[in-house]
Amino acid sequence: MFYREAGQFKSTYSADMAVFPLRQDRIGIAVILALAFIGVPLIGNDFFISSVMIPFLVFSLAAIGLNILTGYTGLISLGTAAFMGVGAYAAYKLTTAFPGINIIVLVLVSGLFSAAIGVLFGLPSLRIKGFYLAVATLAAQFFLQWAFVRVPWLFNYNASGAIEVPQRTLFGLPITGASASPETRYFVCLVLVVGLTWFASNLVHGKLGRSWMAVRDMDIAAELMGIKLLNAKLTAFAVSSFYAGVAGAMMIFFWYGGGEAADVFNIRLSFNILFMVIIGGLGSLIGSFFGAAFIASLPTILKFGLPALGVPLSGAAAEHVTFMLVGALIITFLIVEPHGLARLWQIGKQKLRTWPFPY
Amino acid sequence: MNVETMNVTGEPLHRDKGDVLLSVDNISLRFGGVKAISDVSFDIRKGEVRAIIGPNGAGKTSMLNCINGFYHPQEGQITYKGVRRAKVKPHQAAADGIARTFQNVALFKGMSTLDNIMTGRTLKMHRSFFWQALRHGPAMTEEIEHRKVVEDIIDFLQIQHIRKLPVGKLPYGLQKRVELGRALAMEPELLLLDEPMAGMNLEEKEDMCRFILDVNNQFGTTIALIEHDMGVVMDLSDRVVVLEYGRKIADGTPDEVKANQKVIDAYLGVAH
Amino acid sequence: MSDVAARPAPNLFAKGWVKTGLILVAIVAAAILGAQFDDSGTLYKVFIDPFQQMVQAPDLLAQTIWEGLVSGVLYALIALGFVLIFKASGVFNFAQGIMVVFAALTLVGLYEKGVPAFLAVILTLGVMFALAVTIERVVLRPLVNQPDIILFMATFGITYFLIGFGEALFGGNPKQMIADQLWLPKGAIDLKLFGGLVSLQKIDIAAAVIASIMIAALAAFFQYTRIGRALRAVADSHKAALSVGISLNQIWVIVWFTAGIVALITGIMWGARSDVSFALEIVALKALPVLILGGFTSIPGAIVGGLIIGIGEKMGEFYWGPLIGGGIESWLAYFIALGFLLFRPQGLFGDKIIERI
Repeated sequence: MFYREAGQFKSTYSADMAVFPLRQDRIGIAVILALAFIGVPLIGNDFFISSVMIPFLVFSLAAIGLNILTGYTGLISLGTAAFMGVGAYAAYKLTTAFPGINIIVLVLVSGLFSAAIGVLFGLPSLRIKGFYLAVATLAAQFFLQWAFVRVPWLFNYNASGAIEVPQRTLFGLPITGASASPETRYFVCLVLVVGLTWFASNLVHGKLGRSWMAVRDMDIAAELMGIKLLNAKLTAFAVSSFYAGVAGAMMIFFWYGGGEAADVFNIRLSFNILFMVIIGGLGSLIGSFFGAAFIASLPTILKFGLPALGVPLSGAAAEHVTFMLVGALIITFLIVEPHGLARLWQIGKQKLRTWPFPY
Repeated sequence: MNVETMNVTGEPLHRDKGDVLLSVDNISLRFGGVKAISDVSFDIRKGEVRAIIGPNGAGKTSMLNCINGFYHPQEGQITYKGVRRAKVKPHQAAADGIARTFQNVALFKGMSTLDNIMTGRTLKMHRSFFWQALRHGPAMTEEIEHRKVVEDIIDFLQIQHIRKLPVGKLPYGLQKRVELGRALAMEPELLLLDEPMAGMNLEEKEDMCRFILDVNNQFGTTIALIEHDMGVVMDLSDRVVVLEYGRKIADGTPDEVKANQKVIDAYLGVAH
Repeated sequence: MSDVAARPAPNLFAKGWVKTGLILVAIVAAAILGAQFDDSGTLYKVFIDPFQQMVQAPDLLAQTIWEGLVSGVLYALIALGFVLIFKASGVFNFAQGIMVVFAALTLVGLYEKGVPAFLAVILTLGVMFALAVTIERVVLRPLVNQPDIILFMATFGITYFLIGFGEALFGGNPKQMIADQLWLPKGAIDLKLFGGLVSLQKIDIAAAVIASIMIAALAAFFQYTRIGRALRAVADSHKAALSVGISLNQIWVIVWFTAGIVALITGIMWGARSDVSFALEIVALKALPVLILGGFTSIPGAIVGGLIIGIGEKMGEFYWGPLIGGGIESWLAYFIALGFLLFRPQGLFGDKIIERI
């Protein structure tokens, strides 16, 4: 009743081409942004912000990155975590080499390093397709993970072999390191994620996005349209790895605050991000957020939710149950809706559009 | 070569045809031991509708694949606009103004009609990555400019109502039309149509014929088409080349081809 | 016309630029490194020293190759499970690795509960059959006709479920395989070879023998039985097989069960060499480069690919690994496979793919 496009006529192409052509959608997005920027910091406590919201934002960005590669361009990657790692280590090297430069700038620049490595490992994609390519990305995963441990230059020859995140400030406010408050870290992440999501949305709605989807849907026809397959695939690898790299840098600098990075960027993480993309919906940016929210919050919900419901569950058992549940949910989702949460969202909106008189 | 080919220089019938746009000279194509095309030559003139016909497995689609660079023949050469083509990649052929449609519709199934046709404009859009990421200023102007062209094509093909639907779910006849639209969006000089009317009912066929003729007349696009419906072929085309088992058995105006004994044998079979 | 006529020149350049670039890089690299062929130079260490070591200590070489061979057999066994399922159901079964762990865990777990060893084997086979039926019912049947990537993802789901399930049932600690109770040989044979000692573990020999027998049995099963023929038909075309009255559901259960048997045998062999733990799950990923080498549908390919990867990886680690800090076993297999793939995208035994449009 309230969600209708009736009466909203588009008189220009630019209005018709807007990402949110419906007024109600625009209001919705404004409400969500207001909640994220004002509501969460006001209402949420430190635990909620630092163990739920920040991981959610980091994973969302990584999932958007992988979605660009897998969902929009149709190239499966099992090496997302490694590209995140490249971003994290690059940011660490950069900020220790140039402490004067703002850390946010460096986080974005470190994405470029990740993009370069991504392109390098994307090169085989011209000759290799489908599952074969998935194995090529495993090469990236294991090689880079090995490099994170075995190349001491990457962690500045620390005895611990770990990245130690130094304190960096923005306008005099510490945003990384031990004394940075969860709220500030959250704000930095939020601004980065919102900005980069906007870029991603622009890209997938434009010429580049169409080229990617054309390659995904029918690469032969795409080539006969004049799309250079290598260019399309490599730009997808570059953009995807850029997002992964920024997400990785954010993960270490604004969430973990250091630690055994090589351990973090393991193949499990790669798989988890792939699940976020699948469950959220391949080829959907909003789906990346849904998927990230779902997979990232599931362990927390099980860990704290079940005891609250009176089901006693030890830490180890909770982990097992999480594994089983994630596995079962993946299968259920694939059976019920192979297009993921994003499609359910669409169906829901469609229902709402005709409500309360669907006939 | 043991089969004699008949070379009839077809004089223009009802329209004024220009120079040779594309000529195929003695090309042969093999897959391992299988010969798909052996020693075929013919040419396509500017502005004409050229039909390639023949029984199933005659090498017609392989011929189109050679022309737009998807296959590379082992022998012979293809000259396009006076330039001999070495191993041209499909995207280079596209940049040179060769567009095509496919026998089994090869649309981008996950995309809307509008987006499918917009991909045809890819080569004509030049805004850099960074403008695209901003989607404002020059990138938006460009997008709108091309959207107008695409809307014209949508009007021309009368598919306004399916503009925003994903093409994967459209009926077959409409998919074929969208595919034609996508090829037209490239503003090609040479349009290759691979069985544009396969699987259509009479009404859809008539529509498609009209579109093809309109494209040829209004935009002066040269068209090479493969088609099994003889009535359509004879009505539409200026000249016809007939292939059988990868060899050319006849070449000429529809009337000449119709009267050719080898063609009749190929289609009806010969008593041995 | 004139601007068109100018095209071939940049064309030729564009075609050759990759090669030209590579040659230039090679020349520059050779010029820089050319001076390094003395005893401490990099090139000496990479291109000369390892081969000198091989010649000087052939017994070590033989030992390395043998160890490569043995791990190759185990990779080949995991890859075999993949190939069976891929051929019959077109599913890229990511869960094969975890099925190996799960089978081995079940076997050991049952034995620990007091079940006699051989009865435990039979019961484990029963569990694998139940697993095959469940997967067919719960996962494959509802997902029939979905795109490959969806089925691939579903096997991820199976993997995660089995990890959680296995850990919940048997705990996450590494376990000892009941090798003695299954009459598997212990100890080593020391061969005097090339003036040194080459030590062959008896269990490794047994693994190689059992793997060969199993592969022969599978080949015979595929070639000579009615079900084998049906399997091959399904592998060729699902629709055609359905149309001649082959039950896809039945075939899938059989194939997944066969893969389960292969998994159990792999698990026993692997477990007897090290121990039974979930670490195997990561090792099992090595079957993927093996598949790339051999092609997804070729059983001989899986075997040859497994041996190449096994030997290549062990030799790489032993002779070249120390040069860059060691531990390169974790990724070398993938790079060997990638190298092959760039030259033969269809794998060692695959046919050249002709794309049709």
